[in-house]
Amino acid sequence: MEIIVLIKQVPDIEKVRFDAEKGRIDRSSAPAETNPFDLNALEAAIQLKEKLGGSITVLSMGPKQAESSLRDALARGADKAILLTDGRFAGADTLATAYTLATAIKKLGRFDLIICGEKTVDGDTGQVGPEVAEFLGIPHVAYVSEIREVHQDKLLLISDMGDKYLVEVKLPALITVTKDLNTPRLPSLRDVLKARKKEIEVWNADALSDYGDLDGFGVKGSKTMVVKVVIPSEKGRKGIIFRGEDAAEKLLEVLRENRLVN
Amino acid sequence: MKGILIYAEVESGRVHPVAFELLGKAREIGEKISGQVWSIILGHEIKDLASELIQYGADKVFVYDHPTLREFDVIRYKEILVDFVKKFNPEIFLIGATPLGRSLAPRVAAALRTGLTADCIDLRIDENGDLIQIRPAFTGNILAHIKTKSRPIMATVRYRVMEMPEKDLSRSGEIIEMDVPEIGETGLKMLGEVEERRVNLAEADIIVAGGRGLKSKDDLKMLEELASLLGGVVGVSRPLVDEGWISKDHQVGFSGNTVKPKLYIACGISGSPQHLAGMRDSEIIVAINVDPSAPIFRYADYGVVGDLYEVLPKLIKILKNAKRSDNP
Ligand SMILES: Cc1cc2nc3c(=O)[nH]c(=O)nc-3n(C[C@H](O)[C@H](O)[C@H](O)COP(=O)(O)OP(=O)(O)OC[C@H]3O[C@@H](n4cnc5c(N)ncnc54)[C@H](O)[C@@H]3O)c2cc1C
Ligand SMILES: Nc1ncnc2c1ncn2[C@@H]1O[C@H](COP(=O)(O)O)[C@@H](O)[C@H]1O
Repeated sequence: MEIIVLIKQVPDIEKVRFDAEKGRIDRSSAPAETNPFDLNALEAAIQLKEKLGGSITVLSMGPKQAESSLRDALARGADKAILLTDGRFAGADTLATAYTLATAIKKLGRFDLIICGEKTVDGDTGQVGPEVAEFLGIPHVAYVSEIREVHQDKLLLISDMGDKYLVEVKLPALITVTKDLNTPRLPSLRDVLKARKKEIEVWNADALSDYGDLDGFGVKGSKTMVVKVVIPSEKGRKGIIFRGEDAAEKLLEVLRENRLVN
Repeated sequence: MKGILIYAEVESGRVHPVAFELLGKAREIGEKISGQVWSIILGHEIKDLASELIQYGADKVFVYDHPTLREFDVIRYKEILVDFVKKFNPEIFLIGATPLGRSLAPRVAAALRTGLTADCIDLRIDENGDLIQIRPAFTGNILAHIKTKSRPIMATVRYRVMEMPEKDLSRSGEIIEMDVPEIGETGLKMLGEVEERRVNLAEADIIVAGGRGLKSKDDLKMLEELASLLGGVVGVSRPLVDEGWISKDHQVGFSGNTVKPKLYIACGISGSPQHLAGMRDSEIIVAINVDPSAPIFRYADYGVVGDLYEVLPKLIKILKNAKRSDNP
């Protein structure tokens, strides 16, 4: 099975700082890591390859530094890595991101399955996966929490939409996966060292010009604009603290005053 | 006349209430941009639901009723929505940010080559008459204000962030039964529901949530007891789901449910960014934690610095006594 995994490098959300005064995100304040959900996507690909053979290509669009996430993916078991990096890709919204990724996938040629994370911790939309599927004209299944059966030409999946549904999808297809699907394994030191020597292909916008329209990339291809960023000031929480013996009584008293408790 | 189109999701034979909230918002926007409110509904044997959409604010309801639309097939649904938008050119197209909406909307937006804003918590018309879409990003740490250059302007909007309009039984509107286009194989086979969710945290008014401050699975009973005394349900932080103590439906946070109850009681939860992302908009937040420096206290209206194994039994005891004296 030929599998493509879409991964994005994101700031470590525990460490990234937000400047409330200036409404700025200080990305340099935090180390970068692979979007956690994308590690579940990669793990799913590795398990499928173990069963059926084939190969895994990881594809990412981002700045040059994103190579480190791709290298990590190679260490975990991907066979081939491609980084889409170019100033002309920058400033992309989900539509332009998906268009760029889909164009690169057309250049890659044949595939059976594309796997994405449920969403990213920074963009936080979950839109890129289904949009890529639409650009490629293939079906997708979102929120996959279990892969029940694998066949050469179809998958039987559980899609967690609050209630869980059984879905059969014909390949080629795209799936987006939740954290429940699996627990990503860590690469061994040996694999990390081996991955250091592997090549990461870097494609710029011109490399995609035979497969798509350059105007669809980056800021040019984006239809949405962020006009302002606000760091939510915590909405006037009272912050009343109770301690000691009668804390429970006092708490209930204020909840009664607020008519939350009878 | 500019059309503001609201997608009405059908969930177990009823309209998902987020559609009613969106109809209310659409009326408000409609007044500012002199627009008309439309709703589109897809499914099977759903004709009866259309009048309810009018009562909540739709001027026109477009109904696609067909056996092939009984189950949600994202490709089939997409084809119909895209076809509709191309014919009627709505200015704005809003879809509830339910799992279904968040799977369907991006497909429609990509097919139409239009911008889509995910998971909005507010929509406003600015002084230029442009729609400003406000959404959390960075795991809820920032709010982005977004404008769209293309048409229709598309957005998915969270449930329970917009006000629920009053149902007006006397409102009149037009119901239009649409021909359902023939759509062949889609590559998808929907084989039905295999597991129903046990709780619906999104709809709960009171949530008693527990985190890693709990020492064993058995201690969840304490939360259940308190929740039932308060008329609420149990929520948890992710580690408890990972431990296998409770099903995922109970998880609050970035990779679980987003909730906005009237009262959220966090017991033994530290307040990680991923947990906060799911509950920071609750009306009243109460935190019970032994560690006075736990971040959750910064987001709480009321906090108890103390051991949950002392505080919770006390709360339960007082509430039980109160109940008893109410009904002798
Ligand atoms: C991609 C990603 C997605 C995630 N999604 C989610 C999500 O959706 N939801 C979520 O919750 N987490 C999520 N997490 C995990 C999150 O980062 C935290 O690890 C988690 O929220 C911590 O849970 P906790 O507060 O229960 O545990 P801890 O952080 O360990 O906090 C336990 C708290 O209990 C207190 N305590 C201990 N004993 C007692 C006692 N006897 N009485 C009172 N207080 C006590 C401690 O002081 C401490 O503050 C996600 C992480 C990642 C990377
Ligand atoms: N720049 C990118 N490069 C590669 N994959 C991406 C990129 N952005 C998003 N994705 C994929 O799309 C999923 C959803 O992302 P998002 O729509 O940003 O929440 C991610 O989990 C990735 O699998």
